[in-house]
Amino acid sequence: MMTVETTQQLSSFRAVRVSEHVYWVGAVDWTIRDFHGYATPHGTTYNAYLVMADKPTLIDTVKAPFFSEMLARIASVIDPARIEYLISNHAEMDHSGALVETIAAIRPERVFASAMGVKVLADHFRLPHPLDAVKEGEQLSLGNLQLSFLETRMLHWPDSMFTFLADDGVLFSNDAFGMHLAATERFADELDPALLTYEAGKYYANILLPFSHLVTKLLAKVRELALPITLIAPDHGPIWRKDPAGIIALYARWAAQQPTNKAVIVYDTMWNSTAAMARAIGEGLAAGGTRVNVMPLSGSHRSDVVTELLDAGALLVGSPTLNNNLFPTVADLLTYVKGLKPRNRIGAAFGSYGWSGEAIGQVRDLLTAAGFEMIGDGMKVKFVPDAAALDECFGFGKSLADTLQQKIATNHTDA
Amino acid sequence: MQFECTLCGYIYDPALGDPDNQIRPGTPFEELPDDWVCPECGAGKEDFSPVE
Repeated sequence: MMTVETTQQLSSFRAVRVSEHVYWVGAVDWTIRDFHGYATPHGTTYNAYLVMADKPTLIDTVKAPFFSEMLARIASVIDPARIEYLISNHAEMDHSGALVETIAAIRPERVFASAMGVKVLADHFRLPHPLDAVKEGEQLSLGNLQLSFLETRMLHWPDSMFTFLADDGVLFSNDAFGMHLAATERFADELDPALLTYEAGKYYANILLPFSHLVTKLLAKVRELALPITLIAPDHGPIWRKDPAGIIALYARWAAQQPTNKAVIVYDTMWNSTAAMARAIGEGLAAGGTRVNVMPLSGSHRSDVVTELLDAGALLVGSPTLNNNLFPTVADLLTYVKGLKPRNRIGAAFGSYGWSGEAIGQVRDLLTAAGFEMIGDGMKVKFVPDAAALDECFGFGKSLADTLQQKIATNHTDA
Repeated sequence: MQFECTLCGYIYDPALGDPDNQIRPGTPFEELPDDWVCPECGAGKEDFSPVE
């Protein structure tokens, strides 16, 4: 049941025109701060798009609680019941959560998804009737306009696909090229470029990094198809209108995972001994000419650490030994990092300990399993590091700077 | 020999085959039809690598 207040609120939700035939009809989520373990301090948007063709078509929906907001924005353009086709580019619930309700409200003639999307959506929802699978390269006529589809399996789910509206040059890219950023502005060129690069990078690092080799393949395919893309409309964050090639170039760079002259030092600490080591190693790296970011896990979210790792060539992880084990926050981070499959990076372990010191070896093993090229067995200091131990940490940092810069030079020679 | 899907982590075990997709137990990876795809994520055979 709708209260008077929500009815009034709904009337303020309007669509935003994106191109000649396309309207943004999504939702802005200003309040979300934790997106399945990914910190979203700036909130996010769930983008849905209305294509005003002879057969009006809705591309993707929104997260379930935002159904009314989406419907109100659609209603500012047409009667939602006039929508004939519904397309799901991605089955994850931030885009499909409102699917069942949307189908019930607009009763579309047909609902389309990729072949894997049909299966994945069936595993999520009790849908009133089976969906239609569209294939790679297939054309769907909307009467006066044509849509085509490009499968993007495992970018980042099995069902993911792109939809392309050649008539307007709009690529509906689902989660690719997106970011978690709530704003009233709908276009990237209306927002601060540094913020966009950071948030797009954070999205890439936390969602797409494990599939980087597929991103490289997909970008090659998109180039080959020579799609006349004038506008990229992702499912989160702003639409790329002025310079869609810019975000594509950033993706190509991130996917290549070439090491850069930057190190991330991440640690937790009990009595500031591992912290002191982290600082000394960081000073050594900087003295050796490598840019450093020192991140205490007590105040750094895992999703921010991997964002810093995206353009770094080295990850140094420090852990005290607590009851014969690595510190729990460090285990959290390393589990997360392993799943994201970073490549072409060097790693090192360090930490202070009291009597047994197992954590350093555990960190080393976890970084090895995560694909890092490990440098040394790790720096261990018993209890509190003295001046000599800190000098050793400084020297370790400096030698790591050399190793990293040599690796970068070799990589460039190879390329 | 078992083969792993490098995209999603699914393991093709020839002893089990892929009965849901008409692949009988005992079918080696090499004998899977060219159009066979990963039952979990839809990846093609070229995205599989042998498990040591």
